[in-house]
Amino acid sequence: MWQYFLKRVFWSIVTIFVIIIVNFVLIKLVPGDPVHAMIGDFPAPQDYIDQLRRDFGLDQPLHVQLWLYLGNLAQGNFGFSFANRQPVLDLILGRTVNTLILILPAIVFSAIIGIALSLAAASRGGGFDITVSAITLFGYSIPVFWLGQVLVLIFAIVLGVLPTSGMYSLRAPQSGFGAFLDLLRHMVLPLACIMAFKIAVFSRTARASILGVLNSDFVMTARAKGLSRGYTLWRHVLPNAVIPVIAVFGYQFGHALTSSLLVETVFAWPGVGQLFVTAVGQRDFPVLQGILLLSTILVVVANVLADLLYTIVDPRIRRSLGARHA
Amino acid sequence: MRELFQRLAGSPAGFIAGGFILLLIVVTIVVPLVHSVNPMAISGNALFPPSAQHLLGTDELGRDVLQLLIHGVRVSLSVGLLSALVASVLGVLIGAWAGYFGGRIDMFLMRVAEIFQVLPTFVLAAVIVAMLGPGTTRVIAVIAILAWPQIALVMRSEVYRVKQIDFVDAVRCLGYSEIYILIREVVPNALRPVVALGTLIVGQAILIEASLSFLGLSSPDVISWGGMLNSGQRYLFNAWWLSVLPGIAIFLTVLAFNFIGDALNAALNPKDTGR
Repeated sequence: MWQYFLKRVFWSIVTIFVIIIVNFVLIKLVPGDPVHAMIGDFPAPQDYIDQLRRDFGLDQPLHVQLWLYLGNLAQGNFGFSFANRQPVLDLILGRTVNTLILILPAIVFSAIIGIALSLAAASRGGGFDITVSAITLFGYSIPVFWLGQVLVLIFAIVLGVLPTSGMYSLRAPQSGFGAFLDLLRHMVLPLACIMAFKIAVFSRTARASILGVLNSDFVMTARAKGLSRGYTLWRHVLPNAVIPVIAVFGYQFGHALTSSLLVETVFAWPGVGQLFVTAVGQRDFPVLQGILLLSTILVVVANVLADLLYTIVDPRIRRSLGARHA
Repeated sequence: MRELFQRLAGSPAGFIAGGFILLLIVVTIVVPLVHSVNPMAISGNALFPPSAQHLLGTDELGRDVLQLLIHGVRVSLSVGLLSALVASVLGVLIGAWAGYFGGRIDMFLMRVAEIFQVLPTFVLAAVIVAMLGPGTTRVIAVIAILAWPQIALVMRSEVYRVKQIDFVDAVRCLGYSEIYILIREVVPNALRPVVALGTLIVGQAILIEASLSFLGLSSPDVISWGGMLNSGQRYLFNAWWLSVLPGIAIFLTVLAFNFIGDALNAALNPKDTGR
């Protein structure tokens, strides 16, 4: 089993390395000369231009430049954002908390609602099953940023019951329960947008996996023993059907930093996604690349952890891995 | 394959979804031929609400929103269909080779596909387009490069399944070469799930294009629904039609493709439809 995990970790490192290379190649492909971008149209003496090239290692062959880039990343130097006058890593980490406040509840609630919906669909069948499929289809097809705009139109502009954007209002209490309530009021609409898609993702996986388990022999046995349909679903089907959902959970968690990108833009939520979109507008490339690299690392780590959880939860997987690599 | 589409056209919802897509295609081709109005032309007051003269109102520059919507179909459909097509061709070629011949190439291709599947697709697409500059061809290329592994993985397992069926051995006894067997006998029998998945990728691609344009990653002289939403965001308070209408267009188009994709999938795996 450990051999399996070493393999997984090895391929994870390869994945991260691939993104680093993509980043490096992109920097080289961007039109324009970086030194020219630094000094502008000012007629600088050739000696000065040569010195800048030397200082930044731009006169070195490509593989040496890649090595320098890797060395910087290893020391936590993700570059400097000139638009924000801050190191990229500090900038991203400073925004991470705000994004997590929004995204973690979204993932947890969506998982619970998605599993509950598909369980109900499986137990009732008929009309309910069609309703759940419709919700899934809807969630996969709706542009989330547009849903955000429509929700703002209805709840903030026409009805005036919820704030249009931001995280806190200036007039609300700055601390204590009042501030928390204020945060909740600002969270409702963005949360609804993010969850519209995530509920679809979770219920699609859960539905497929529940249907798979329903067709297996032990469910037939449980029903033949005289157990009720509800009890069989709850005690026999659910525990087995939840396992594939863990993988989706890991995947969603891995994409936490960037899956709310469009929604944060619509609601001016000061998180990583908004930082990304602002950086797109400012052509602040080090920030874009930093977010891409950090979120890839997060995805890869979350996937490995989900795999580990898989084998802990399901002894059958553990045993089959043990047998294969014994 | 034909009976599959017949069954799809037989169900009312499938008929509506298919009809809607056909309508969009016809509108894209026919309207510019019959009606030669420049959609970029200023045709009335700016931010004029929907009325008899401008059925869907005008935008912040006084352009007719209905005209813009009709011309925006072209970008959405061509990005959606072309990137799904390129991704499918790549995926089918690579998946078929890997599934039929196996070995080291198979191992390598599947590792590459797995790496692609883990990457944060939308962020990567946005970074690439932001750094290299916008352009419809570039967007199609990026989406296709990020989407082919889904097709390749499905194609590989399907080819692997089909090549073990007896009729393949029968053809081999007739003395045909392995490449001939793969192309003429195995691939056609393995294509059905690819069609379903490809249809779903059309929907994904339209959404990704709209999202990129919404972030401002499209060139301003190309009319696209996402770009309309981008400029409409600023007028949300006083011109709701600029935000609501292009969004409905995107939603309905993606919904139609997703619905057909789902229906094709369900027709292929009757077991999964529940009991």
